[in-house]
This record gives sequence, C-alpha cells and structure tokens, in this order.
Amino acid sequence: MLLDHLPPLLPVVPLLAALLLPPVGAVRRGLVHPLAAGAGAATAILALLALRRVLAEGVIHYHVGGWEPPWGIELVLDYLSAFTAVAVSGVGALALLYAGPAAGAEVRGREASFFGLALLLLASLLGMIVTGDLFNLFVFLEVASISSYALVATGDGRAPLAAFRYIVLGTVGASLYLLGVGHLYLMTGTLNMADLADRLPALASSRVLAVAVGFLVIGLGIKMGLFPLHGWLPDAYTYAPPAVTALIAPIATKAAAYALARILFSVLGVHRALTEVPLMTLLAWAGAVAIVAGGVLAIRQNDLRRLLAYSSVSQMGYIVLGIGLANRPALIGAYLHILNHAMMKGCLFFAAGAAAARLGGPALADLRWMHRRMPLTTACVIVAALSMIGVPPTGGFFSKWYLLVGAVEGGQPVLAGVILVGGLLAAVYMFRVLEHACLVRREEGDHGPAPPSGRSEASPGMLVPLLALGLGILAVGIWNAPIVSGVLRFAAPAGLR
Amino acid sequence: MIREHDSVIVRTVVRALVPFIQLFALYVVFHGHGSPGGGFQGGVILAASYILIALALGRAELDRLVQEGAVLVLGALGVLIFALTGALGPVLGAPLLDYEVLSLPGVHGPEARALGILIIEIGVAIGVAGALTLIFCRLAKAGEGEGAP
Amino acid sequence: MTELLAYAAARYNYWVYILLMLIGFYAMVAHGNLLKKVIGMNIFQTAIILFFLSTSAKRGGTLPIVGPEALAGGVAPAQLMNPLPHALMLTAIVVMVATLGVALAVLVKIYRRYRSFEEDVILDRL
Repeated sequence: MLLDHLPPLLPVVPLLAALLLPPVGAVRRGLVHPLAAGAGAATAILALLALRRVLAEGVIHYHVGGWEPPWGIELVLDYLSAFTAVAVSGVGALALLYAGPAAGAEVRGREASFFGLALLLLASLLGMIVTGDLFNLFVFLEVASISSYALVATGDGRAPLAAFRYIVLGTVGASLYLLGVGHLYLMTGTLNMADLADRLPALASSRVLAVAVGFLVIGLGIKMGLFPLHGWLPDAYTYAPPAVTALIAPIATKAAAYALARILFSVLGVHRALTEVPLMTLLAWAGAVAIVAGGVLAIRQNDLRRLLAYSSVSQMGYIVLGIGLANRPALIGAYLHILNHAMMKGCLFFAAGAAAARLGGPALADLRWMHRRMPLTTACVIVAALSMIGVPPTGGFFSKWYLLVGAVEGGQPVLAGVILVGGLLAAVYMFRVLEHACLVRREEGDHGPAPPSGRSEASPGMLVPLLALGLGILAVGIWNAPIVSGVLRFAAPAGLR
Repeated sequence: MIREHDSVIVRTVVRALVPFIQLFALYVVFHGHGSPGGGFQGGVILAASYILIALALGRAELDRLVQEGAVLVLGALGVLIFALTGALGPVLGAPLLDYEVLSLPGVHGPEARALGILIIEIGVAIGVAGALTLIFCRLAKAGEGEGAP
Repeated sequence: MTELLAYAAARYNYWVYILLMLIGFYAMVAHGNLLKKVIGMNIFQTAIILFFLSTSAKRGGTLPIVGPEALAGGVAPAQLMNPLPHALMLTAIVVMVATLGVALAVLVKIYRRYRSFEEDVILDRL
C-alpha cells in the first residue's frame, strides 16, 4: 500500500515533480505550471492524510532503507511534524498556484527551472519537517536554502545583491548549525534525535553541550531571520520577484522555527534539564526584542514589501517568544502562530504582488484607490491585517491569546506586556497600509490619479489563492478550538506545565 | 571563450593524461560500495577530466567532444537512475531505498544491497559529472567577452 | 599551568579549525570584494569539514575496510578510524559545491549589472 510510505512521500512527491518539469517544459511549456501546482496540491493532500493518520494511529516511524535507527535514517511523523507539514505544504501549494500568473518577465522562458526550484524548496522544507536525524536535517536545510538563494536571484535590479548577502549569511548559519551537530555527535556518537534525547540527560551539566546548543540556536536563528540575525531578510523579500517572495516568505522561515522547537524539546529536552546557561530565558527575551524592533522598523517603511518583511521579523519574534517561555499554552500559541503567520504573510504578500501588478508599484503611495479597484484583494488584506494585530475572530488573535496566557502563567508580566505592545505596533504599521489602500482621498492641488471608474482585480489565478488564504485565516480563528484540543495539545512535549 | 593553451607540452600532456583520468574515475566509481570511493568522487574526477580538456585544449575542443544539451540530459538521467532504484523498494513492498528487493538468482541479502549501492553510485556518478561539467560550461560562457573583473 | 598548556596542545586540531574558521570569517566581514567574501565563506566551511574529519582519526587506527574474514573474527573498533564523519563530510562537501556554484552564478549576474566586484563601487552605482 502506497500510503504506508507517507513520511518519505511528503518530500519525494514534489522532488519527483521537480525532476519531471525540465523534460515536460521542453515538450510543452504550458504544462509546466499546471504540473507544478498539481504536485503542490498533491503534497498538501498527502500532508492532510498524514495528519489524519497520526491523529488516528499515533506517531508514525519510518526506517529508510530498512535500517533500524540509530544506524539508519529515521523519518518521524508526530503531531507537531504532521501539523507543520500541513501548514507548510498547504500555504506552499497555494503559493505555487499563485506563482503561475504572478511570475513576471524575469521568469519567462525559464518556467521549468523556476518551478523546479520552487518544488525543490517545498520538498526540502517537508524533508526538514519529517526527518528524525540531525544531519539529514542539515542537508534538507541547505537544499532549501540553496533553492531559495537561486529563486531570489532570479529577480532583476538589486535582487542578485540581496541574494548574495543571503548566501553569505545563510551559509554561516548552516555552518554553525553543522558545528553544533558535530559537538553533539562527539559527545554521544549518534545523530538520531530520539537516541540523542536518551543519551543527553546524563551529560546535562557538560559545557560542551552548552556550546553545541549555542551554535545550533544561532545557526537556526540566522535561517529563521531572528532579530538581530535578520540582516538578509528585508532585502531578499523586497527585491525578489513577487512570486518568489510569496513562496519563500510564508514557509521558509517557519520550517527553521519548527527545527528549532524540535531540537530544543525533542532532542535536548530543555524543559526537563536546563543547561547551565539560562537558554530559554534568553530566547524568550530575544523573541521579545524581535517583536518590538521588527515592529518599530516596519512602521518606518514606505515600501509595502519591505514593511511586510520587517513585520515578518516581528512575527517570528512571537514564535521564538513562545518557544522560549516553554510552557504548554505558550508552545501551543507558538505552534499555532507558525500556521497563522504562514497564512497571513502569504495572504499579504499575494496581495502585494497583485497590487504591484495592477496598481503599478510596491510603494505604499501606489496603493491609493485600492479599495475601489481591487475590493476583494483589499478585503483579504483587511482580514490578514486584523489577524496580524490580533483581533478576534481571526486566527492571529488566538495564537497571541495562548502566548499571552503562557507569559502570565510563566510569571513574566513584562513579556506579556511586550506581546500586547507588539499587537499595537502591528496595528500602527498595518493601518498605515490600510490608510493608503482605503482612506487617502484626492486633496486640493493634488495631481494624483483620479478615482478610477472600473474594477481591475487580479486575474483569477492570483485571486483564488488569495481568497483561500483570507478565508483560511478566518477559518483557523473560528475552528481554533478543535485545532488546539485535537492536535496541538499533543504537539507540546509531555511533562510540561 | 577559453582558448587553447600556448604551451605544446601542456597540450600534449593533457591529451595523454585524460584517458587515464577517466579510467581512474571509473575505477573509483565501481569500487565505491566495497572500499573508499564512490559515485560522487568518481563523478568529480570524470568532470575534472572534461574541465581539464577545456582549460588546456580550449573550449572549442570540449564543445566538439560533448554537447551541452547532452550533458544536461546525462545529469538528469543520473538523478533518474537514483530515484528509480530507490523507488523499487516501495513498489515491491519494502521501505524506500531498501535494495534488498534487488535479489536476483544468485544475489541475496547483503550482496543485493551491494548491487543496489553500485547502481545508485553509477547514477550519482553520471549525475555529478553532468552537473559539474554543466556548471563549468555555463559559468565560463557567462564570463565571455566581459573582460577580467 | 603546564598541564593546561599540554591539555591545549594535545588538542591542536581544534586550534587549527578555530583559526581557519576565524580567517574565513575575517575574509567575509573585512573584505569589500564580493569574490573574496565567497573565498572566505569557503574557508569557513572547510574549517568545519576539517573539524569533523579530525575527530574520526585514532592513534594507530587504520582504514575502516572490513572483509568477510574480519567479520568472522570480529571487528576491533579501536583499530579502525571512524568512517561516519567521512561519509557526513562527503555530503557536506556536496552542499558546499552547490552553494559555491549558486554564489558564483549570482556573482556573474552582479558583475553584468555593476561591472565590478567591489562593494563600494557597487554601492555607488546602485
């Protein structure tokens, strides 16, 4: 039965599709995008099947090549990895659907390589999520990064420079991660996550462990754009082609955040035996600093995509804050925010690309009259903005609510305050977007564009994924209770407060 | 365009060396499953022989020997060999990349695994040699007529 | 004090890799030339690969190739070098090659637009 092979199928299906694209593109170029979008949809369906199976039967272990762990590579689908796989593959599939009409002149004639890279990115992110082996995680992390570098570099103008900076910083991050894995391997002689989790508690007071954890956290921090290691992120998101940003921004950093949570809780078991360094407190405060700094920087931007990039820095802060608080409600909030942020950032970047295509530019001033010309797109932006701020009944409210409960239960009133301030900052920068999109009127002596007469929504191929994400944000908010009590309650490690 | 090297010694030595380099590449590939060596190393050596040809005998000579389109197809073919061998496991009811399903008459257990690894190594070698040669060809072409940086 | 020095000297492989890593890091940070940054990046990665490889060595160890005869008589792990770091680093080298290829391709694209690899020149021409 093919479904017995669900854990490897998740990365293998998009990978095979990526290999099929060049020959298909050589025969008929028009088939490339439908095939890529179909592969994305198939992956998302497989991820849903995997989640259903995990809910019904519990954790799935898969031994690649029939080799028993810890000698062979083990793939693991548990509540957390199945949930993250659904979030990443779902938003990724919509981004692939969106990328077809959104891909501009820089991609024309090279569709096969472009969508091949996009599918490779999706495949390696899913590989990161299902693997149970630290070195395997490194390989998938690097495949994901290399395809992101290449995708960012497909843009014109300053995109190659942004990609170069991304390459240098991303490589440093990956190297530091590898160094951390090397230290763990030297201490224990194993790379299997479950095996490491068994062996590490005996070494909890070792200083080598503290060094290893430092390397791992900093390396993954660079990959996930954690302030102040976010240097590559704003330029890469701003100058990459809109279709690329819509694909990378929602899902790539989330997989790195997942990897951080996986290593901290499933491998190191930090909630059981903390190392000598107050690691989790540091992480929580780093997240808090990221929330405020990202928000303040976002307010200063006049380019919609740059504003959204800094808002990503801020929202990643929430996820890290939740991981750092390390109690059950905070972790549920962090994991729920992985899904929420993927959806709202996807929605906003889809809308930014559509607006750039229809209204002429990515600057905030270009958004004028957007509510008349693109009412459906504007509605989605409003929903995503409310979710970003944390207004019920959108999904963002509930993830921030759980984070807030976690901060209060953890006895951290300052961090709870930061979560609220972050919502206010989000309100300021998102209202700046909405102000330009909906409220700016023609003033005296103003030679700006007159109110347009007709609508000019983006093409259906771009509008459908956008609307799907807009409705998805509301759906996650309305059905947050079953998601939390059915899935995420089990995703937090056992034995947690 | 990379020109022929000026020195006749370099050209002659390279012409004489290339067959041996390629033979050594094959040796490394075919011993990968039982001793140091393997697909990646062999593929790199094979690619190095072609890059050496381009550097010493000129790009025109390399283009005469191998076509860029063919290199691309070979690179993809290598990956395909790997993927199909790996997929045999799930098709025949074993885990992914389990080569024990390759049991032929007279080949069982560990020997079947060794056979599977050999097939995979051949695929990897073709893929790596194709990809590295292609990277060299494309990067060298991209710099043409732009002067030294 | 002498004990400490002897302890540090006995682990010279760590000093070598840390030194190489810092050289690579310095090249990445201090040089304004993008090509030199790529070279620094490579030194940085190579340092980590050497770190892994140095950990697999054993005094008096030999190649970890075992034939059927050796299996019958049992394997003495103390006399064999650890093959796993070598296998891991082979994969890491593949990753490094791919990163280098993408970095060089991006540099070609940058050079076509700005006709320079110098950071300050590029910043002037933005």
